Amino acid sequence: MTDLFLVYKNLTRKKMRLFLTCFAIFIAFLIFGAVSALKGALDSGVEMSADNRLVVINKINFTQPLPFSYVNKVKALDGVKNVTHANWFGGYYQEPSKQLMTMAVEGATYFKVYDELTIEPENYTNWMKNQTGLLIGERIAEQYGWKVGDKIPISSNIFSHKDGGHTWQFTIQGIFKPLDQKTDTSYVILHYKYFKETQTFGGTSVGWLILTTQSPSLNEQVAKAIDANFVNSAAETKTSTEKAFNKAFIEQIGNIGLIIYGVVFMAFFTILIVVGNTMVLAVRERTKEIAVFKTLGFSSMRIFKMILTESFLLSFIGGLLGMVGAYLVVGGVSKGLAGILPNLLIGPNTWAQAIGYMLLLGFVTGIIPAINALRLNIVSAFSRA
Amino acid sequence: MSEKNIFKLTNLVKRFTKGKETLSIFEDLNLSIKEGDFVAIMGPSGSGKTTLLNMLGGVDQPTSGEVEFDGKGIEKLSENQLAKWRASNVGFIFQFYNLMPMLNAHRNVELPLLLTQLKSKERSQRVETALELVGLKDRAKHMPGELSGGQQQRVAIARAVVSDPKLLLCDEPTGDLDRQTADEILEMLQLLNREFGKTIIMVTHDPSAAKFANRVLHLDKGKFVEKELSL
Ligand SMILES: Nc1ncnc2c1ncn2[C@@H]1O[C@H](COP(=O)(O)OP(=O)(O)O)[C@@H](O)[C@H]1O
Ligand SMILES: [Mg+2]
Repeated sequence: MTDLFLVYKNLTRKKMRLFLTCFAIFIAFLIFGAVSALKGALDSGVEMSADNRLVVINKINFTQPLPFSYVNKVKALDGVKNVTHANWFGGYYQEPSKQLMTMAVEGATYFKVYDELTIEPENYTNWMKNQTGLLIGERIAEQYGWKVGDKIPISSNIFSHKDGGHTWQFTIQGIFKPLDQKTDTSYVILHYKYFKETQTFGGTSVGWLILTTQSPSLNEQVAKAIDANFVNSAAETKTSTEKAFNKAFIEQIGNIGLIIYGVVFMAFFTILIVVGNTMVLAVRERTKEIAVFKTLGFSSMRIFKMILTESFLLSFIGGLLGMVGAYLVVGGVSKGLAGILPNLLIGPNTWAQAIGYMLLLGFVTGIIPAINALRLNIVSAFSRA
Repeated sequence: MSEKNIFKLTNLVKRFTKGKETLSIFEDLNLSIKEGDFVAIMGPSGSGKTTLLNMLGGVDQPTSGEVEFDGKGIEKLSENQLAKWRASNVGFIFQFYNLMPMLNAHRNVELPLLLTQLKSKERSQRVETALELVGLKDRAKHMPGELSGGQQQRVAIARAVVSDPKLLLCDEPTGDLDRQTADEILEMLQLLNREFGKTIIMVTHDPSAAKFANRVLHLDKGKFVEKELSL
């Protein structure tokens, strides 16, 4: 028998109470783990954006197009390195519910602007030669099991063919891969030219422009110059860094960060009360036993440590189970959500934070009963009982 | 019984203060107890028996005066020093047994040995010996709730003697037991006193329990009235 065994016996003496308390902690950490993973996934787009990349959209909002002529006008401005453009295709595979993020781009400049993506030179050349060629991101290749040479029909929920249909046939010519695994590659790209020639409306417009500046220090200056250039025109622009753009895009869903912290705070506040209360009660019920321990000669410090160990143990049992639960849940849904939310995972930071919260919870809920036990006077404990 | 004093109380004063009120329990109490003696302390409820036992056991401290144990004053030891002193010198037996409800008999008896350097195997052997002594070897795996009052008190006695202290302090050890069971417990204490040389100080208000002791002290209004037993 050891002190740890005594702690274990004390912890498990009321099974139902142990279960309920652990369950409360479990739920709180489950929420924390899942919600942190969600936030991490949302933030990863912001985090991975290049420092010197700007996005130019129509000032009205990003679903409004820009004239094609803007591409060359922007290219001519000082401080601009490369410019490319993209159109939203509204793609899906087989059924409208199977969204496939598809963009029509200019092949010649696309990879100059997105230089964190790599592709086999031979595949790239083939794609450039083939009007109906398609390039797919590595994540898409993994998700659908597609290979170079596969013929894939992609439908659009926005555009239709000149001959009526909504579905285009493409041949996969290559797979682009990121230098950093966190970079999102869960989308496919097709030739803008082919898109323009075959679809029925839209004229000669592009969805948005993406450009790189000579240096991040020029970002602000270039952004101002672009917007100034098109002021009072039919299509005024709004230029921002890719980081800011991605952030603004996420914030359209609401201030996720605040909601997340709100939820996590509530969950932790609740268990703090529940677990703290349970610990105080559990130790108060044992007042006389603690007095007996002291009478036998156990030092007050030793009892103090045992009670603190008990609260840490409680916090870690519930907390680790909750995190494992979150890990399983996140792992389970991340495959299905790979298209919308890549990078949905519980990262080392979240684990470290969770351990930190477990330590904090164990300490905060254990310290008061532990101090009560430390100070407990044998004589008054017996006369009270 | 030796001629050596195990306890010597000199000019002992004990008062409780509650707010402005001061309750005086003992004023100038003097007492010597011989090593190896079996002393019963009797007296009406509220006469200070438990308070005295607490001071002898080092769980309470006198307001003034000296408590000498084996020639050394214990009244000035710190809380931690007293805890160590209790662990190696005193076995406690309570009216309501005070066993740990979540531990079986074996583990309850083992508790005091966690305060020694003994290895797990030696501890187990000692526990078995102690349980055998109180006749509960076959109940080692029983939880306190599965034992009768008398059996629980016997487990408590095993716990009190397992680390082989020279002193046993018992506060109304038979107060919760029927006559026959009480006598068994008292015979066991007598055995521990006679065969194992334990000094026993027992608080009781039961005259037939006091008959098992060698010496009976009557505590009344903070003073001792000594009556030798006519056996
Ligand atoms: N911690 C304490 N604080 C205040 N008064 C106490 C305390 N402990 C005991 N007393 C008082 O001291 C007196 C003696 O108590 P006690 O030693 O328990 O008597 P006995 O054991 O002889 O019945 C009682 O009047 C009791 O109320
Ligand atoms: Mg009493």
